[in-house]
Amino acid sequence: MIDWPLVSVIIFLPLIGALIILFIKEDELTSINIKWAALLATLGTFILSLILWLQFDYSNPSYQYEEKFRWFDDFNFFYHVGVDGISLFMILLSTFLTPLCILASWNNIKKRVKEYMLSFLFLETVMIGMFASIDILLFYIFFEAVLIPMYLIIGIWGGNRRIYASFKFFLYTLLGSVLMLIAIIVMYRNTSSMSIEFLQGNYFSYNTQLFLWLAFFASFAVKIPMWPFHTWLPDAHVEAPTAGSVILAGVLLKMGGYGFIRFSLGMLPEATEFFIPLIMTLSIVAIVYTSLVALAQTDIKKLIAYSSVAHMGIVTIGIFLVNQQGLEGAMMQMISHGLVSAALFLCVGVIYDRMHTREIEFYGGLVQRMPLYATVFMIFMLGSVGLPGTSGFIGEFLVIVGAFKFSSYVVIGAAFGIILSAVYMLYLYKRIIFGTITNNKLADILDINTREKIILIPLAISVILLGIFPNLFLDPMRLSLELIITNYEIANAK
Amino acid sequence: MLNNIYNIFFIPEIFLACSSFVCLLFGLFLKKNAFRQTSNLAVFVLLLTILLVYYDSESNFANYKSLFSHSSFINFFKILALLGSIASIIISKDYFLGIKLKNFEIPILFLFSTLGMMLMIASNNLMSMYLAIELQSLSLYVAAAIKRDSITSAESGVKYFILGALSSGILLYGFSLIYGFTGSMNFDDISFYLSKYDNLNLGLIFGLVFVMVGLAFKVSAVPFHMWTPDVYEGAPNSITGFFAIVPKIAAVALIYRFCLVPFENFYLEWSQIILFLSIASMFLGAIAAIAQSNIKRLLAYSSIGHIGYILIALVAANDDGIKAASIYMFSYMIMNVAIFAILLSLKVKNEYLINISDLKGLSKSNPIVSLSISIIMLSMAGIPPFIGFFGKFYVFVAAIEQELYVLSVLGVLASVISAFYYLRIIKIMYFDESKSEGIINFQISFQSKIILSLSLFLIICFIFYPSLLINISASLTI
Repeated sequence: MIDWPLVSVIIFLPLIGALIILFIKEDELTSINIKWAALLATLGTFILSLILWLQFDYSNPSYQYEEKFRWFDDFNFFYHVGVDGISLFMILLSTFLTPLCILASWNNIKKRVKEYMLSFLFLETVMIGMFASIDILLFYIFFEAVLIPMYLIIGIWGGNRRIYASFKFFLYTLLGSVLMLIAIIVMYRNTSSMSIEFLQGNYFSYNTQLFLWLAFFASFAVKIPMWPFHTWLPDAHVEAPTAGSVILAGVLLKMGGYGFIRFSLGMLPEATEFFIPLIMTLSIVAIVYTSLVALAQTDIKKLIAYSSVAHMGIVTIGIFLVNQQGLEGAMMQMISHGLVSAALFLCVGVIYDRMHTREIEFYGGLVQRMPLYATVFMIFMLGSVGLPGTSGFIGEFLVIVGAFKFSSYVVIGAAFGIILSAVYMLYLYKRIIFGTITNNKLADILDINTREKIILIPLAISVILLGIFPNLFLDPMRLSLELIITNYEIANAK
Repeated sequence: MLNNIYNIFFIPEIFLACSSFVCLLFGLFLKKNAFRQTSNLAVFVLLLTILLVYYDSESNFANYKSLFSHSSFINFFKILALLGSIASIIISKDYFLGIKLKNFEIPILFLFSTLGMMLMIASNNLMSMYLAIELQSLSLYVAAAIKRDSITSAESGVKYFILGALSSGILLYGFSLIYGFTGSMNFDDISFYLSKYDNLNLGLIFGLVFVMVGLAFKVSAVPFHMWTPDVYEGAPNSITGFFAIVPKIAAVALIYRFCLVPFENFYLEWSQIILFLSIASMFLGAIAAIAQSNIKRLLAYSSIGHIGYILIALVAANDDGIKAASIYMFSYMIMNVAIFAILLSLKVKNEYLINISDLKGLSKSNPIVSLSISIIMLSMAGIPPFIGFFGKFYVFVAAIEQELYVLSVLGVLASVISAFYYLRIIKIMYFDESKSEGIINFQISFQSKIILSLSLFLIICFIFYPSLLINISASLTI
């Protein structure tokens, strides 16, 4: 094993990069040195996080690479970080997507490049820190600190209605997360511990659990987001710059799902049992309703944003089935959605950079001029639909298999959503890519360049890899998920 | 003990009183640069006083047992008030010179007011408490009106004076009722007398309510906050800075001691009042600040909101509450010092900054300053990882320890509302495009720069080594 603090290095390497960027003098015209520094820092983080995966012990369900230091003298509050099967891929997703984001913003961010890169590096630190925390207060600090860089990214580099979107994003998510703070303090008061590992032993009375569950639900349901708390998401996605949308869809939404697995399932099993019907209803409504809404969109980004809500509905169904297939499916769906929706936003960014519009009507017949683009777009589109062989299939399939054990109504709802997702994605693809070029402005549009290939091809490979070798990802997380399910069943059998 | 007559000069309060007179004479006989020299001397005197407070063990005012008391809580708040005073004198020096307000009396007034605050914090007797409050307030009335040729300054001074006199009258009436029904003015004696009873009689309840009203006025808790925005707005910026930073510390310490020493057994009676004050302050502070366009009025409402949170910790009335109050007060002082250090150095078209919208474009012309303001604002809003978050966190820990769930939920909801106006300042600096760049000047003296960097350092780096402050505040006894 590794005897140096690998997890802390991964968490703080981007921050160190940010500090270095803070003190180097920006190249006046191109800011090229800032960009390279940011790219190197994020790539370094990604390579280190691969070590995390390679050295990961598949037979250990609990935390690995643990680091623990006492932080507050009067509190049992520790700097306690580590990785288990659930957080491993969330961390990998963050470290994988951030360098791609930096690359995606290489040319289209022209103002305040330094601040932009600082925000992204800070964001990466807090995202990784959040997934790696084993202490709830530490988790909370990172969870809320995410708002600061994201607020700036949407607000400074966003579109026309960026101010409205950034405020909505910040206040909406803050409202949810402050209630979680109260819940955390209540948990501490009852158990004198803030360790996530310790709290998974079910220490709360039934009534306490119900209130705690609602408080956690408030923050995660907004974050993931579930219908009817999703209204911040389309605004934030549409107004954010491409890389902002990528991180938002790729990682920040997963914070909600991750929180549900860790906190709701892990710590409050009896309350979870009580609230399962609520979650299932909301999820099915979310899947069907937002799919229909997506069908009616005229803005490509908004369409993908609504499709995210629908996909996250599948995730919440999978999580709250609380069986092996459901949870594995939810995790796979989160990873797959992280890659696919990130890639779709990047694809939208590609044509937006050229034409500066995201209206679907503007485009049409892109395959004539951009064959390579049409190919990668198709891979991601099919991944989003859930075609066998792509990552989306594994997640949706597992969730539906798990759902049969629970209720066939849920299966019908979920399957209906999947059909609708095929409808709106294929319809979108048809309108943008197929046909002949009717708009003269598109006559000179160029196919993807080398930089864009470097961004999109790794994503395409990983989407297919995930679809063909799902066990590569399922094996490390299996035992950790089993542990949560066992705890859950023991608590509810009492 | 007092076997040596010279020891008496080492009592911090007496030292400060004597030195203030020395400063006054010093300023009077100086021909040139009287203001600057007196300010420097005042800072020096206050530093010495901090040392005396820190090291005083035997020779302190508590020897006059009936009038003043002595405890770690009192010492902590005294040092906090002195530090705040030092910081605000240093950061306001250049501002006064800039607006050509060079009366050397200003630092002297600050000194006397600080003396009043030290006595307030330590007072253990209704009479000494009243006199201390008056000493503090009278100096502040004059300070608010110090810019004699400005109508707004005079107006704010008069407003402050009239409302302050009214509240003092109510306070005195409350004192007289308490004295009449308990037969004593000493906190300990009152507490001893009351310990024989299970309930307060009607007269004492009236007395308690009147005193609470008077004290709520001093901490500017809603609904006795009306003076705060007007006085903040009218007074010269540097005086506003002093108002925001220091008197609140003393008033909070006083309201804590008054509730927890003589009336500690009658929690139910006073906690209802404090509960209402707390909720009303948090929400009014958060909502009213949204509509403000003047940065000083905004900070006034923000300080009203902060008082609401500190009062939550008082409602909790446990050891955690005292700890939370001291941590919160420390963070409050640091954040206000930092923001005023910046405001007192920002000039828009050669005028000191007043309108929030003038901050437009600051992030282009002065990235470091706008980054600092953003950090302070996020910290005030209670967003981790800055110090303001930990202040709020400890307040909620104390409240939940006492099972005040509804109050805590209301508290966090108010903090979300207040986040809006803090974010608005960041929005104006970063998101709004400005056409006229470079009209904002930031000139800061070396001393203020040190104060500013130190407070920013504390705001950002508190998270890396929190135990120092937390251990101190955990050991405080009232």
